[in-house]
Amino acid sequence: MDTAISAKELTKWFGEGDLRTYAVKEVSFDAYFGEILFVVGPSGSGKTTLLSMISGILRPDSGTVNVDHVDIWSLTPDQIAEFRLNKVGFVFQDYHLFPRLTTAENVAIPLILKKKDWNESIRDAEHYLDVVGLKNKAQLAPVKLSGGEQQRVAIARALVAQPDLLIFDEPTASLDGDTGRRIMEFVKNRILNDSRCILIVTHDSRIFEYADRIMRMEDGKTVGIEKRADH
Amino acid sequence: MKGILKIAFKLLVNDKGKYAALLVGITFAVFLMVQMISIFSGILIKSSSTVINLGADMWVMDPAVNNVASSIPLPDYVLDAVRSIEGVNYAVPLYSGAALVKLRNGIFQPVTILGLDDHSLFGRPELIEGEIEDIYAENAFIVVQDAEVRKLGHPTVGTEFELNDHRGVIVGIAKVGASGLFGLPTLYTTYSKAIQYIPSPRFTISYILVEPKSPEAVTHIESEVRRLGYLALTKDEFMEKIANFYKYQTGLGTNILIMTAVSFLVGLSISGQTFYTFILENLEKFGALKAIGAKGRELIYMILFQAAFTALVGYGLGVGLCVLIIVLAKIRVPEYSATVTFTTLAFAFVMVLIIAAISSYIGIRKVLKIEPFDIFRG
Ligand SMILES: Nc1ncnc2c1ncn2[C@@H]1O[C@H](COP(=O)(O)OP(=O)(O)OP(=O)(O)O)[C@@H](O)[C@H]1O
Ligand SMILES: [Mg+2]
Repeated sequence: MDTAISAKELTKWFGEGDLRTYAVKEVSFDAYFGEILFVVGPSGSGKTTLLSMISGILRPDSGTVNVDHVDIWSLTPDQIAEFRLNKVGFVFQDYHLFPRLTTAENVAIPLILKKKDWNESIRDAEHYLDVVGLKNKAQLAPVKLSGGEQQRVAIARALVAQPDLLIFDEPTASLDGDTGRRIMEFVKNRILNDSRCILIVTHDSRIFEYADRIMRMEDGKTVGIEKRADH
Repeated sequence: MKGILKIAFKLLVNDKGKYAALLVGITFAVFLMVQMISIFSGILIKSSSTVINLGADMWVMDPAVNNVASSIPLPDYVLDAVRSIEGVNYAVPLYSGAALVKLRNGIFQPVTILGLDDHSLFGRPELIEGEIEDIYAENAFIVVQDAEVRKLGHPTVGTEFELNDHRGVIVGIAKVGASGLFGLPTLYTTYSKAIQYIPSPRFTISYILVEPKSPEAVTHIESEVRRLGYLALTKDEFMEKIANFYKYQTGLGTNILIMTAVSFLVGLSISGQTFYTFILENLEKFGALKAIGAKGRELIYMILFQAAFTALVGYGLGVGLCVLIIVLAKIRVPEYSATVTFTTLAFAFVMVLIIAAISSYIGIRKVLKIEPFDIFRG
């Protein structure tokens, strides 16, 4: 399998003086195309901080991140924004959908930022809404949808620009068990493919079965990566 | 580019409550500013109505004159001296003063009397009834058909009245471009009749109206008149002098200035405040856009576009409302003076742009400061 992400000695400090502590310390790992890698660990162990550094959102204090063999933190800020736009799809924990735009317009945003024609962007967005099973909700405002449906809208928005890397932070935290499992089922069967790498941060042990590998973090450090038995 | 502006547009106008509040703020500010300045412009034009209506290129007067209605009589020799200045085509005397008319029903009405040079009738108004030669007839006056004429009981040709205990008769009805500031009807007669009917001090010439041979002669005439100890002004200079009097020596201008500043501040605070809340409410979303890959520059364009669009719509509404009110007021009150000039519109436009600039500056600073990481962490 091809290496999608190669992180080396990633470290991030927060605070000043006596309050200065690390959120992530000297973390190294690789992730591959075609796999779903879970990042798990107690609250405050540095999961979100780690994922932010890998996806071009937070600059590490030291260490390097190579995504698809590009050292992303050697790029200029504009190039990093381009990298996020073209290579990464984000699903934020609380979705961050625009309440004043329709569902389809929300999904189309990455394409519009990529300067794709408006009508084409909406058409693609409707296609991805179809993929996540929300074809007939395209013209509704997101607030009219249930939590699980909003989650799927967020997933459609992450998918619409066909990124290599998908980053989910607590995708099932605010969903009931059944809905959570259905979303994960969908991610595994419909979204994962050989040219895609999916990283998921979660506390939710009910969905661990969908991981190919699970990386455990404690106090800013990795305490091991395990392959799930049935893989 | 077009796409993100379309998103910005939808974020703005789909939030109907906020958008309406923004528009109200700007419309209100524009309306007040334009209204205030227009009323003042109207007053300034009215205050120069005699200068506009007589149409002379140059006016010679006592240097202490600051307002056409309060003339200071000039000795007769000045007229001869002005006539002999090189570059003067012709120079004629003008009488300008006030008199009391007693109407047939016994009511008294103050009027403005303009006495035109007997030989040339220079500065005569355009007649809509009667013949100009009739002005030489005994007791003849021409009345101006303006907003004030009804105060003389809508006289027609042949209407008789008493003027300072002399008999007077209307021989013509004239129309003029601008009506006066003081709400007085205007009667035209000849210079000689005016000084005969109206008790005067030793000197009787109010102004000398001058027609220069060429525009180049103006500076020479001005300096020669200055050597005589008097003041010669072109029509525009005289109007400016009158305007300055009302602006700076009556308190009117200062009050208008203060009210305009207050309208600006009120409009700015309503719109600025609303725009700021609008940005705050969407801040997380702007942060999410940043995380997804929008560049800081693109977010700035979005905010500038929202501010500029609101400003333009508010400006249009404000100006429209103002014009509407002025038109309605003029229908009800003929003397109502308000003039919307291009300078006023340009001024209000600049003020609106400043409101938009300040509001968007605050918004932009906020949006540029958000860290996508904080959005990501939730
Ligand atoms: N901007 C910041 N300023 C100061 N400290 C921070 C900041 N961001 C994170 N931290 C600290 O870094 C540590 C790791 O935070 P992080 O959000 O990565 O944890 P996490 O594993 O994602 O936790 P959770 O499961 O609660 O989301 C925490 O101790 C947190 O308080
Ligand atoms: Mg977290």
